[in-house]
Amino acid sequence: MTEDASGPAPKLLCRNVWKVFGPKGAGVLADLGMDATAAQFEARGYVAAVRAVDLAVAEGEIFVIMGLSGSGKSTLVRCLSRLIEPTSGEIWFHGQNLLTASEAEMMQLRRHKMGMVFQHFALLPHMSVLQNVAFPLEVQGVGRAAREDTARKMIALVGLAGREDALPRQLSGGQQQRVGIARSLAADPELWFLDEPFSALDPLIRREMQDEFLRLQAVLKKTIVFITHDFDEAIRLADKIAIMKDGAVVQQGTPEEIVLHPATEYVAEFTKAVARAKVVRVASVMKPLEGAAPAISIAASAKIADAAPLFLQEQALRVVGANGATVGVLQRDDVVALMLGG
Amino acid sequence: MRFAAIWLAVLGLFWGFSALAKPLLPWAFDWPKAMVLPAARWISAFTKWLLNEASFGLFTFQELTRGVSAVIEVPYRAATGVLSEGAFGLPPLSWLAVVVLVALLGHRAGGLRLALLSGLCFLFIAVFGQWTSAMVTLASILIAVPIGVAGGMSLGLAAYRWPGFARAITPVLDLMQTIPVFAYLVPVLILFGFGPVAAIIATVIYAMPPMTRITQLALQRVPGELRDLGNMVGCSRRQMTWRVMVPSAKAGLMVGVNQVIMLSLNMVIIASMIGAGGLGFDVLAALRRLDFGAGLEAGFAIVALAIALDRISQALAYERVVRHGYLWGALGTLGIAGLLAVLMPGVQSYPESWQLSTGTFWGQVVAWININYFDTLEAVKNALLINVLIPVKRFLIALPWAGVALFLGFVGWRLRDWRLGALVAGLTVLIAATGLWDKAMTTVYLCGISVVIAMLIGLPIGVMAAERASLWRWVRLAIDTLQTLPSFVYLMPAVMLFRVGDFTAMIAVVAYAVAPAIRYTALGLQGVDARLIEAGRAMGCTNWQILTRIKLRLALPEIMLGLNQTIMFALSMLVITALVGTRDLGQEVYIALTKADSGRGLVGGLAVAFIAIIADRLIGAAAARARARLGIAGDSHGG
Ligand SMILES: Nc1ncnc2c1ncn2[C@@H]1O[C@H](COP(=O)(O)OP(=O)(O)O)[C@@H](O)[C@H]1O
Ligand SMILES: [Mg+2]
Repeated sequence: MTEDASGPAPKLLCRNVWKVFGPKGAGVLADLGMDATAAQFEARGYVAAVRAVDLAVAEGEIFVIMGLSGSGKSTLVRCLSRLIEPTSGEIWFHGQNLLTASEAEMMQLRRHKMGMVFQHFALLPHMSVLQNVAFPLEVQGVGRAAREDTARKMIALVGLAGREDALPRQLSGGQQQRVGIARSLAADPELWFLDEPFSALDPLIRREMQDEFLRLQAVLKKTIVFITHDFDEAIRLADKIAIMKDGAVVQQGTPEEIVLHPATEYVAEFTKAVARAKVVRVASVMKPLEGAAPAISIAASAKIADAAPLFLQEQALRVVGANGATVGVLQRDDVVALMLGG
Repeated sequence: MRFAAIWLAVLGLFWGFSALAKPLLPWAFDWPKAMVLPAARWISAFTKWLLNEASFGLFTFQELTRGVSAVIEVPYRAATGVLSEGAFGLPPLSWLAVVVLVALLGHRAGGLRLALLSGLCFLFIAVFGQWTSAMVTLASILIAVPIGVAGGMSLGLAAYRWPGFARAITPVLDLMQTIPVFAYLVPVLILFGFGPVAAIIATVIYAMPPMTRITQLALQRVPGELRDLGNMVGCSRRQMTWRVMVPSAKAGLMVGVNQVIMLSLNMVIIASMIGAGGLGFDVLAALRRLDFGAGLEAGFAIVALAIALDRISQALAYERVVRHGYLWGALGTLGIAGLLAVLMPGVQSYPESWQLSTGTFWGQVVAWININYFDTLEAVKNALLINVLIPVKRFLIALPWAGVALFLGFVGWRLRDWRLGALVAGLTVLIAATGLWDKAMTTVYLCGISVVIAMLIGLPIGVMAAERASLWRWVRLAIDTLQTLPSFVYLMPAVMLFRVGDFTAMIAVVAYAVAPAIRYTALGLQGVDARLIEAGRAMGCTNWQILTRIKLRLALPEIMLGLNQTIMFALSMLVITALVGTRDLGQEVYIALTKADSGRGLVGGLAVAFIAIIADRLIGAAAARARARLGIAGDSHGG
């Protein structure tokens, strides 16, 4: 949990956010105090779905929240947009604490600054693809021609051009989620929430959609909170990961940090099966340069998996930074140890 | 063991009390006259006050009712003008135009087959000479249904939005669904006068509560994600309701629309008692002069209307890809039929020479049966009356109200908690306090015997149908069709064969109430977990053992629900059988109707509702217990 002051201020910041389900959640939270365990709430008939969560999401970052089913991910992401009223805490966005915003202010924020993709697509069954995608703009009162124009662009962006007049139930699951994605982008939001967007899809389609998602993000550069229960998906997509268990965040960091230094046994269970070479970057394994620099170079930001083939001829590689300067050396033995080691 | 002993002791006490206590505690048997609650007088006085004196400041209550009448009168006049009377010197729509329009609507809703079915249903009405009456009935349905749907939906939406409102109307809805229609016919009659508008209002009151319920349910069933979506894109309240929730709940809401239509049709005959006219009036008039042929024909016409409207409204619930051009088709039909009507009078009104009448035929059939089988029928009827009906009736009427209240209270307490016991006992005392104890017991006896017989018929059929998918298909078609028939239709054949009296009432009630007994039994058995049956087979159970030891036991809660529904159906039919001379609460309400005595009618109706509520709560509690016990039984099964 490094909340350092370096780098730009986070786009979305959440401090000590709690959600306790039940008729008098706030009272019970005050009673039990901020250190209470999930079991203590359960004993009183309450569900503490989100407990003391601190997050900082930087601009343009893909922030993945990963956890098993029931760990409170959906509740947390709904707290961020106040679809669910948090029991306590602060959520800062654009220098404003959302929990003190009025209902009308929240409506404006959701209309113009936030978009959301749902696990089961949440397409309106009585509307065509075009109408579904244009719906957020229609709600805002944008004129028909303008909103359909934008909607068509979004539909083309997600690769569904030509299906504008289809009804949702005439589409496959993957296509339906493309509509969901296009719709969530129609109002050009800054914050993009995706709640297990690919979990309801077949594995092959899921993979395809992940690639598509990365391609889109490369163009759009949104600030993203992405929910998943699939650790591989998290590793593939994330700039930063937060791992949730029983409503609390047990570890957060880059995929690399988590794979290399799992904070708990629980996290280690997930990282075990991951191919480290595909996650860990050269910079994490390199040593300081001593003596002569090797001839062949590799970027510090490259993955170990990309460096491995080069060791067929060499014992060591020169590591260069973004500006081309040598920053260290990558030893063959270290790479082998990483790839074989537990 | 202890459990059985307690029950035996209580039953023994109850029996002893009933048999011996009469000389000691006469008041426990007959509610003292001096203490009868004058509820009927109070209600009548209240109605009178409403009518003559109540005022909301700006306008009086009477002006309000007149206003409501006037507002409904306008569209009703328009509808009858178009369908049956003509207006502004123009004739009404010709039968040909209506048949083609209905077929077009059927095609729009469900394709060619539905077009044929609905067209034929309407043609049937024309061929059998019921056209004019049927159009009057259709006009009032066309007005009542939209009002009922809109009203029910508004209440449902309000209940969905404000939980407090939902809590407030739930008991009212409960009561409205158990109170017999006759009971509020009288107040409607007094407040709105005799005529089609009052009939429409009564129909709306009858058909609205289910729409409210269904709307609430349908909205609750809209997936949470769609609600989140609405909030996320920043919908206003109105956008949320009309752009997200209602369209997403459409399939469920259409079930409600279908319900409103069917209930309105069910009311057609009853509503004619306060001036609806049309087919209902024809049936009622025929029934009164014992002209079965005419009654049956008008009854069949109602059934034809019911089938056409039922199927069309059900088909509309399914979203279809619809081709355009129906509007042009409809306009074209109107033009062509109008032109034809001018040229050929046979198009305007269906020629009498083309009409068929089966009235005399049915009259002859009945006469034939009565001539040839009179003795047999009479013997069956008398045997049952003397050996079963009358003894049961005597036994029940002789029971002390205090003993019954205590006993039911005990049952409620054992089945759930003291609160249920208190409710049940309290309602029983209230029934006694209105001075209607004997009539209530007559209702209980007729209802009880009918339900027993309906279950005796329904259970085996349900069991057999559950085993064989091909049989189930036919049985389901049969009970679905039976349930689209207005309840009055059941009365006619019974009256034809057995004339008036308790026995006739019982036959009609059994026929009406057997459908839920069959349905719930079959569904309950089919719902039994297939793995348990497989396990039974693996242990070497015979088919009979599987049925009795596994299936029937596990299906027990569902079968109890079926019993509950059967009782509710029986009670609602029983009130109608007052027309054939039963001497129960139904008669009380019916007499009140003929005398326009609103207090008496409502009190009798409430007594019926109380009986229904007592049965409903006790059986519900028993079913819940059975379910809980099965959970435990399921665990010990593994050992
Ligand atoms: N409206 C609610 N009322 C009570 N408990 C809830 C509600 N919504 C979710 N929960 C509970 O909160 C916990 C977290 O749920 P959720 O956020 O949906 O988990 P996830 O999305 O990680 O699967 C679960 O135990 C769930 O049962
Ligand atoms: Mg979830």
